[in-house]
Amino acid sequence: MKIDAKGLNYRELNERIHDAVSNGVEEIDLVNVLGQRYIGTGLDREVTLNIYGTPGSDLGAFMDGPIINVFGSGQDDIGNTMNGGSIIIHGDAGNVAGLSMRTGKIFIKGSVGYRAGIHMKAYQDQCPVMVVGGRAGDFLGEYMAGGKLILLGIFKKEKDPVAGRYIATGMHGGVIYVRGGVNKNQVGKDVAVEEVDNEEKAEIKSEVEEFCRHFGITRIDDIMASPFVKLLPKSSRPYGKLYAY
Amino acid sequence: MFKRAETKDISGCAVVGIMNEKGKTIRGDVITSAIAVMHERSNGLGGGFAAYGIYPEFKDYYAFHIMFEDEGVKDSVETFLQDSMVVVKSEAIPIRKKMSLANTPILWRYFLEVPKSKIPAGFSEEDFIVSVVMRINTRFNGAFIFSSGKNMGIFKGLGYPEDVSRFFRLEEYEAYLWTAHGRFPTNTPGWWGGAHPFGLLDWAVVHNGEISSYGINKRYLEMFGYECTLMTDTEVIVYMLDLLLRKHNLPQDIALTALAPPFWKEIDEMDKNKKEAMTALRMVYGSALLNGPFSIIISSTSSMIGMTDRIMLRPLVVARKQDTVYMSSEESAIREVCQDPDEVWSPQGGEPVYARLEERA
Amino acid sequence: MRMMPPEFMVKISDSCIKCKRCINECSFGALRFENDRVVADHDKCAACHRCTAFCPAHAITVEKFPAIFKDNYLWSQDVLKSLWKQSESGAKILTGAGNDKPYPVFWDKMLLDACQVTNPSIDPLREPMELRTYLGKKPDKLEFWQDKKGDIKLTTVMEPQIKLETPIIFAGMSYGAVSLNVQLILAGAARELGTIMNTGEGGLPQELSEYKDHIVVQCASGRFGINLSYLNSCAAIEIKIGQGAKPGIGGHLPGEKVTEEISRTRRIPSGTDAISPAPHHDIYSIEDLRQLIYALKEATRYKKPVGVKIAAVHNVAAIASGVVRAGADMITIDGFRGGTGAAPQVIRDHVGIPIELALARVDEQLRREGIRHMASIIASGGIRQSADVLKAIALGADAVAIGTAALVSMGCHLCQKCHTGLCAWGIATQKPELIKRLNVEEGIKRLVNMIKAWNLEIKEILGALGVNSIESLRGSRERLRGVDMDEVYLDVLGIKPAGR
Ligand code: SF4
Ligand code: SF4
Repeated sequence: MKIDAKGLNYRELNERIHDAVSNGVEEIDLVNVLGQRYIGTGLDREVTLNIYGTPGSDLGAFMDGPIINVFGSGQDDIGNTMNGGSIIIHGDAGNVAGLSMRTGKIFIKGSVGYRAGIHMKAYQDQCPVMVVGGRAGDFLGEYMAGGKLILLGIFKKEKDPVAGRYIATGMHGGVIYVRGGVNKNQVGKDVAVEEVDNEEKAEIKSEVEEFCRHFGITRIDDIMASPFVKLLPKSSRPYGKLYAY
Repeated sequence: MFKRAETKDISGCAVVGIMNEKGKTIRGDVITSAIAVMHERSNGLGGGFAAYGIYPEFKDYYAFHIMFEDEGVKDSVETFLQDSMVVVKSEAIPIRKKMSLANTPILWRYFLEVPKSKIPAGFSEEDFIVSVVMRINTRFNGAFIFSSGKNMGIFKGLGYPEDVSRFFRLEEYEAYLWTAHGRFPTNTPGWWGGAHPFGLLDWAVVHNGEISSYGINKRYLEMFGYECTLMTDTEVIVYMLDLLLRKHNLPQDIALTALAPPFWKEIDEMDKNKKEAMTALRMVYGSALLNGPFSIIISSTSSMIGMTDRIMLRPLVVARKQDTVYMSSEESAIREVCQDPDEVWSPQGGEPVYARLEERA
Repeated sequence: MRMMPPEFMVKISDSCIKCKRCINECSFGALRFENDRVVADHDKCAACHRCTAFCPAHAITVEKFPAIFKDNYLWSQDVLKSLWKQSESGAKILTGAGNDKPYPVFWDKMLLDACQVTNPSIDPLREPMELRTYLGKKPDKLEFWQDKKGDIKLTTVMEPQIKLETPIIFAGMSYGAVSLNVQLILAGAARELGTIMNTGEGGLPQELSEYKDHIVVQCASGRFGINLSYLNSCAAIEIKIGQGAKPGIGGHLPGEKVTEEISRTRRIPSGTDAISPAPHHDIYSIEDLRQLIYALKEATRYKKPVGVKIAAVHNVAAIASGVVRAGADMITIDGFRGGTGAAPQVIRDHVGIPIELALARVDEQLRREGIRHMASIIASGGIRQSADVLKAIALGADAVAIGTAALVSMGCHLCQKCHTGLCAWGIATQKPELIKRLNVEEGIKRLVNMIKAWNLEIKEILGALGVNSIESLRGSRERLRGVDMDEVYLDVLGIKPAGR
C-alpha cells in the first residue's frame, strides 16, 4: 500500500496509517513525507513502514513492533521511549535519538546529534540496541541504564572526532562500544573505558552485520579490523554517596 | 451624587411583563397599575420600564436613551456619537415637569443610523453598537446608556415604579410588550443607572433575586470582553444572554438552559442525545449558570421569556388571556389588569416560558 | 566526634508490662530489651508514634529532648544540626514529607462568605448539591443542530474528559516512594468515591490494572515502566515536569529500594538506581512540551486527556499559559508545601512559591488570555482540609489533589522519615514486614470516610453560600475575603479585604 503524504498534516497522515494497519495492511510506502511528526508512534503491530522523504520528530515514539525504514534523514527524538521494533535511517539523525528506549533496534547509517541513546534501559531479556555509522554529538549515552550503543565512526569527516564531549555521564548500566577508541577526557567520571575481548567482538560483529545488511555495506571485515573500546559504568549507583540522611 | 455602586448591588424586587403576541399595542398605564399592586416589594429606590414598539416612525434606527450628569459630558458623548454614527434625531425624553424625583439627571434620546463605512472589519453592526455602548458606559464619566435597541426604550429612575411611570408620562406610549420593575435595594447609592430594567441592543431584563454565583458569572463574561461595571445581577444576565445568543449563536432554548440547567441526576437519566448535549452544556457553560434565587423576565423585539432559578427560590406566575401573556412576581398584579385570564400557572424551576411575537404578514 | 543531642526522648514508665510490643513496632530500631526492661536509643527515635499507639499499658511517651541551647533566632538548632551533619558526611541533606518551615499559610488568611437574608442559603441535606466535575479541555462554545421536530443534537466534538464525583483527586505518589498497599488504597478509594489516583512516575503495578478507569499514569523524565499498555491503562496521562517539594530537580530512587517488585513495574534491574533526570531530555522548551503532549495523544489515538504537572515557581502564570497553549488538557500546579518521598532539604525548604498565590495568578492569567477553558486547573501542595479545597476552588481551581492528607488518613504521622524507607506505618517503605502493617481494606475505608466527610463539609459551605453546584463557586473570588494581609497579597489573590 502507498500513501502520498504531500500536504497532509501529521494527524491526518497518522490516522491513515493507523486505519490501514487496523485493516490488516502489513507494508506501507509513505512518499513525499516532509516533517510530519509521530509516524509510527503508538503502533503495536509488526508492520513495515517505508518512508521516502524527511519524517518529523518523534518518529516511532512509544512504538512496539513495527519496522520503519527511512530513505533519507530523520529529525529529533527518533524512537523516543520505544518498546520494540526497528528503525533504520539511511541518512543522519537529529538530537536525542533513542531516548529511554527499552527494546528494539535503531540503525543510523550516518551521524547522530547530541544526546543520542540517553537513558536507554534494559530489563531481563529486553535489551535495546543502537548502531550509529557516523559520529555522535555530546552527551552520548548520558544516564544510560541498560542496552547497547555501538558507534562506528565510518561515515564522517576524517578530522571529526567520533564522539563529542561528556560521553556517558551518569551512566549506570548498559554498554557503549566505540570503534577506534575515545579520549579519556571526553568521558564522564563515572565511566570505565576498557578493551574489548574477542568474545565480545563477536557480539559486536553480529550487530554490525545487521547494520551492514540494512545499508548494503559489504566491507564488514574491514570495519571489524579496527580496535574497539567499551564504556561501562563504574557502579550501578553513581550517586549513592551524595546524600546524608 | 450620581455615584455608581462600589459594592455588589443587593436588592429584592417585583417584576411584571405583558405582551400581546399579535403585536397589538397596550398603553403604559396598564403595566403601571400592575406593578403598582406590588408596591410592598419595592422601597422607592428604583423603578423602571421597558417598552417595545414605541417608535414606529423611527423603527429602523437604534434608539439610545441616555442619562447625563451634566451638560459637559453630554457634549462630549454627542461629539463621540456624531463621529461614530449618523444622528438622525436628538431630543429630550419628555417628562412631567411638575414632578420632581431625587437626583434627576439630564435624560435624552437619540435615533442613530450606522453607516457601513464606520463598522470595523470583522465586526457585525451589532458588535459595533455593543462596543459603542461599552465605551460610553465605561469611559465617559457621568453618562450612562439606559437602552440601545431599535423601536424600544427603557425608562427608569429613582422612586416607586408608579412614580417613575408618571414622571416619564408612560401613559402616552403604546407598546406591544412592556416589562416593569420595582426595586428594593439594600445598599444603593441614589443612582438612576442602577435601576432596572437593564438593556443592551433590544434585550432588556428585569430581575428579582440575588445571584449567588455573581462573582464567577462576572469573571466569565470578562473573558469575552464584557466590562461589568454596575455590580448588578441584571447587567450580568443581559451580557450573558448577549454572549450566548448573539456571540455564541446558541439556540434560544439551549442558551436559557445554560443559565438554569438540569441537575446531573436528571441529566444522567436522559436519552443519549439529550444527555450528551446537556453534559456538554454544563461542562462548557458551568460559569454561566446563574446560581441562587432569581426570577427574570427577558424581553426582546420578538419575545418575552420568564424563568426562575433551578429550585424556584423566587416566584413567577404566568397567565394568558387570548393573545396576551402576563408574567409577574405575584398573581395579584396580573389580576389587577386582567380579571379572568384563560389560564394561570406557575412554571417549573429553571424552565423558561415564552411569549412570541407572531410573524406579521 | 558527636556534636548533636538527640531530637526526641523516649520515656518508659513503671506501668510497662514488658510485653515488648513497642520493640517490634519500632522500625527505626530505637528500642531494645536489656536487663529486663525496655531501653531506648533516643538518637534513633523519629517520633513516628508507632510505639505509643500500640503500647497496651500506655507506658511509653515521646518527648522533645530537653536540650536548651543559648537562645539564638538566627542560629537555630535546626541550622546547627544541619551544619554538623554536613560536616560529618560531606553530603547534601536528604529529607522526606513536605516543607515544615514557618512560611505564611494563605489558606488561613482567607475567609469564605455566607448568605444572610438577601439571598437564601440552601439546605444541603435536603436539596440537591452537586460536586460533579469534569477535567479536560473544553471548547470555548458549543454548536447544536436542531432538527425539524425541534430536537437538539450537539454537533461540537468534545475532547476526552475525566468525570469526577468530587473535586478532590489523589496526587501522584510513585510505587517506590510509597508501598503497593498505599497505591491499592488510593485506587480502591478512588473507585469507590468516583475520583482518580495518580501512579506517580514509578510505573503501574499489575495489581492496579483493575482500577484503570480511576488511574492517571505519569510520564516523567525517567520514563519508568512506560509502554503502550501502560499508556492505555488509564483515565488520563500526566507529564510530570516538576513537583512542589523539589522544583527543578530530578528524582532518584536509590538502588536499595529497587526491589524485585519495583524493578518489575519500573522495568529496570533490581538494585540499580532509578534516576529521573532533572529535565525530560526531549523537552528543552515549550514547543518540545507540545511535541511530547501530542506524541502521547498520538500514541493513545487522542482517547486520553493529557495533563502536565508543574511546580509553583516564581513565573508560574506565564509558564502555565505556555503549557496550556502547548495543548495540555489539564495543568496541575504543585505548591512549595507539597510532600515528597525524598528531596534535598535545601530544595524542599527554600524553592518555589505557595500554591494559593500561584493558583490565583494562573487562573487570572488564563482568563486574561481567554484560554481558561482550554485546560482544567488542579491545585495541590499543602491542601489539608475541606476548607482549603473550597478556598482553592473559589480562587479558580477545577479540582485539588491531595497527597499527604490521604497518607495521614492511612496513618502517616508526619515524622518526615520517608526517605529512609523505614516508615513504621507501612506507607513510605518497601519492607514486606512493614508494608503488611497497612491493611488495604481498612485503609480504603478510612480514606473513603475522610473524603466523604470533606464532601459533606463542602456541601455544607456551598449551601451556606447559596449555591447548589460547585461550578458556581469555581473562580468566584467575590466569595473570599482576606484577613491579615497587605494590599499586594490581596491583589495577587484577586480578593477583597474582610470588611469590604
Ligand atoms: S509496648 Fe508498652 S508495655 Fe509493651 S514493652 Fe513497650 S512500653 Fe512496655
Ligand atoms: S509516610 Fe511514614 S515515614 Fe513518611 S512522614 Fe508519614 S509516617 Fe513518617
